[in-house]
Amino acid sequence: MIFARVAGTVVLTQRVDQVPGAKFLLVEACTPRQKGRGEYLVALDVVGAGEGELVMVAQGPSARNTRVSDRRSIDAVVCGIVDLVEERGAVVYRK
Amino acid sequence: MFLGRVIGTVVSTRKEPRTEGVRFLLVERLDPPTMAGKKDYLVAMDAVDAGVGEVVLCASGSAARLTAATEGKPTDAAIIGIVDDVDIGGEAVYRKDRA
Repeated sequence: MIFARVAGTVVLTQRVDQVPGAKFLLVEACTPRQKGRGEYLVALDVVGAGEGELVMVAQGPSARNTRVSDRRSIDAVVCGIVDLVEERGAVVYRK
Repeated sequence: MFLGRVIGTVVSTRKEPRTEGVRFLLVERLDPPTMAGKKDYLVAMDAVDAGVGEVVLCASGSAARLTAATEGKPTDAAIIGIVDDVDIGGEAVYRKDRA
């Protein structure tokens, strides 16, 4: 997975994923310290993440291993909201 | 998934038989904060009847084959949605009805 910061939302009415009420988030890949990398992707939200939160994003076929995205045309999913990151014994992020 | 803009169509007559009847669209990747093109292009199969000029959501890899239009076809990119709105930090960066 990668770390990303939720930057915003993407709304689509005409789409093929067939997921009722699906929420798509625009996320920016970032470091564990929340420094943005300038790379954006759109991920399906299955955990109720909000703007500004540090999240984990799973990409590729793994993104379909959730109840919502199972067998759908989804290649990225927000699979967790990060509460705390500890790096070499030091807390580098706390929600 | 990533955001792109449909900038054209691609026609191919000599092609793998399973790709018959699908539309190939030329897509430019977008930089969401500015919604400007990144001069990074790809060809994607259309699963939603997208039109030239529209901002679309594209799926890559095996996910591209999981639509009714692309199932079992040799593709690694598909247009899976037409984007209405993009918001960043609560601000609208794109509105389809104002584009």
